[in-house]
Amino acid sequence: MFKSLRGRLITVAIVVLTAGWQLYSHKTETGQWLKLGLDLQGGMHLVLEVDDPDGTMTAEAKSDMIDRVDRIIRTRIDEFGVEEPLIQKVGGERLIVELAGIDDEEQAKGIVQRNAFLEFKKVLPTSDMDGALRRIDRAIVASLGVDSITALGRAVIQEETSNLENLLFGADTATVDSATAAADSAAAAVADSIEAEENALRPFSSLLLIGDIEGTYLVAAADRPVAEMFLAMSEVERAFPREQIMLWGSELVGQAAQTFYRLYVLEEDSFLTGAELEDATAMRDPQFNQSQVQFEFSRAGGRQFARFSGANIGNYLAIVLDNEVMSAPVIRDRIGARGQIEMGQGTPLEEARDLALVLRAGALPARINIVEERTVGPSLGQDSIDQGRIAGLVGIGLVVVIMIAYYGVAGFLAVGALAVYVLLVLGGLAGLNATLTVPGIAGLILSIGMAVDANVLIFERIREELDHGRAARTAVDEGFQHALSAIVDANITTLITALILFQFGTGPVQGFAVTLSIGIVASFFSALFVTRSFFLAYLSGKKASDPISI
Amino acid sequence: MRLFNNAQYRFIEARKKAYVVSGIVLAIGIGAMATNIASLGSWQNYGVDFVGGSLVQVRFEQPVTAGELRDALGGAQAPPITQFGSDNEFVIRAPLNEDASITEVAEDLEASVSANLPNSGVEVVRTELVGAKVGAELQTKALQAVLFSFILTLLYLAFRFELRFGLAAVIATAHDILITLGFLALFRVEIALPTVAAILTILGYSLNDTIVVFDRVRENMRAKGARKRDPVDLVNESINETLPRTVLTSGTTLAVLTALLVLGGAVIRDFTIVLILGVVIGTYSSIFVASPALIEIQKRWGIADPERKKDRPQPATV
Repeated sequence: MFKSLRGRLITVAIVVLTAGWQLYSHKTETGQWLKLGLDLQGGMHLVLEVDDPDGTMTAEAKSDMIDRVDRIIRTRIDEFGVEEPLIQKVGGERLIVELAGIDDEEQAKGIVQRNAFLEFKKVLPTSDMDGALRRIDRAIVASLGVDSITALGRAVIQEETSNLENLLFGADTATVDSATAAADSAAAAVADSIEAEENALRPFSSLLLIGDIEGTYLVAAADRPVAEMFLAMSEVERAFPREQIMLWGSELVGQAAQTFYRLYVLEEDSFLTGAELEDATAMRDPQFNQSQVQFEFSRAGGRQFARFSGANIGNYLAIVLDNEVMSAPVIRDRIGARGQIEMGQGTPLEEARDLALVLRAGALPARINIVEERTVGPSLGQDSIDQGRIAGLVGIGLVVVIMIAYYGVAGFLAVGALAVYVLLVLGGLAGLNATLTVPGIAGLILSIGMAVDANVLIFERIREELDHGRAARTAVDEGFQHALSAIVDANITTLITALILFQFGTGPVQGFAVTLSIGIVASFFSALFVTRSFFLAYLSGKKASDPISI
Repeated sequence: MRLFNNAQYRFIEARKKAYVVSGIVLAIGIGAMATNIASLGSWQNYGVDFVGGSLVQVRFEQPVTAGELRDALGGAQAPPITQFGSDNEFVIRAPLNEDASITEVAEDLEASVSANLPNSGVEVVRTELVGAKVGAELQTKALQAVLFSFILTLLYLAFRFELRFGLAAVIATAHDILITLGFLALFRVEIALPTVAAILTILGYSLNDTIVVFDRVRENMRAKGARKRDPVDLVNESINETLPRTVLTSGTTLAVLTALLVLGGAVIRDFTIVLILGVVIGTYSSIFVASPALIEIQKRWGIADPERKKDRPQPATV
């Protein structure tokens, strides 16, 4: 296919379209043509390190610390109020946290550095809340007034009814799966919520659906903010039964095309904290195709755990990190200082590893320091983008003028190949979701200057062959062939440096290395394949002896 | 249009002059490094990235001079201030107390500036804080990166060409990097992370240029009758044959870099200057350092026998 001119041009067209498609889909998916680094869009870059003033910690201990901190910060992602924070472990003892477009830097640092708190609490049956829910509803009504709740409730109920339609028509399973004993109250909640007036009188309980696990309610993800607002009211707090609290589960539960959060009913006082936990490791039991977490408490912790588990066989135990329920296994037996949590058949080891990390997160043996902190305001980044765009366009313009002035028609062909090259690099960056940084823009612009190098090598070769009296077509073939070894060797050595740069660098420098690497690969293709195809198209209308413009 | 067509310059014969030029430039650079060690305590003007510390970059809506800003920050006691790009932007190397947060420092700075320079429209656009240990590690890592890429290129060239080509290329590249470092030391350009990226890019560019010349030498060595030819003639011919390409590629690259220098903004200005310098030195060294080095190595150790290694692997054609 590469032999025929048509095949070549079709290949070029396919590659161009693919690159264009990558850019386009990146734009439609993320709203940006390319992912911008912090130095371009503004934001905060933090590097955390384990505090080890005496140098007594082993590398493994540090690495484990960082994993735990990583896990802790990930549970707090929502608190940052930014989309997709980047959290990356580097070199076994540091953690990079990048927060794009952050508003309150002090608050963000507080979230990162705050100690994690791990507790074990008893899960209570939801029936314990029955009386309390009515009191809570009344307290909310009394405090906010019917009008403001209806005002608020209208929004809630509108969504609620659409949710209900889903539940009623698309998702009978959701209620069928749940415990039938509680189905009555669920049906009641469903029926009630249809009428706005009545709902206003049951503002909180109307948000709760009966849970899929004992001791939990389900709250539609869309309703969570309202439910959180109610739970935060001091009147509601007072209306709670003594020694009981409600906490959110960490994971989103999908049921019949809808997503819910679990709301757990728990005993307020934790019977044990993470401080008593000495170790937790994930294991795989190949015999039962089961993942499990083995844990070990201190002696005192073991005694407490034994007392609790002995008295609560068959009940659920909530593992709570930073006031969020991470997991709630059922207690099968009396457990002392050592025990294990079985994750269920077929659960991947990853989940067990994650739970083990959560367990170990509660007792960090050392402090975490911020060793590097950079913030860039959004205006500075926008300036860099604007200036880079102008510099790039002017640079490309200069190259176009030089090439066409120097090589005539051949220069024009090279410019065409250069256009393909630029599209390829941008498409490659979009396709790999690589981050564009300020040095990355410079790398991109520099690579344009260097991308013509391969073309220049080829054209000079063709000129030499023509000087030796070869016919145009032979000269072109020979030119491409003879220039090849120089192009290969030069590009590979540059690629070696780019790869080392990637290894060495962080953030902006890595962005530069990625741009440079993609540029090298793209220039390889554009010079050797695209330019040659264009050349063949140019020659196709000529006789072998006709002169060419080069 | 054609430039340097059929040029017949005796480059290799001029190598002694080139050695003197390179020697003087290198001596100035090394002298500057020594002076820096004596006066700054460090051979380069390392920025926050490499020695740790903190900086706050401010931007004003109204033009403000560095002197005014210095007065606003306490006159003689003011932290070091440098202008950054345009008239209205300054970088303040803020002193940082133990446990103080850079955000607080920036807020304090902003407050005292707007108190003393009302209506100037001050805005903090960038803050940086790097721990001393992180910075020191980065110095080591940067050095390792450069050395490591030397070794890998040497190996690659020894494999694709011959060992002496690899040695000559590494000598030329080391020469380029030393001169660049000398320049940075002389003008006390602040070394930041992107500067290291620029130095490694120069390394790549310089090698690229050298390889194009060496590729031609390799090819001419394989031609008929090459064994009987004077190596100096052969290398001269190779340089001259590739001269149009060398000039044109340097030209387009420099054109693009100039656009970047003039229009690209202050953030990458130092970076671009280093790259421009590198392109010029890299072009010079591939002709006047790498090629003579090849000849010198052959003269000293005489490992050259062009015919002995004629079956080099040829890359596939596309």
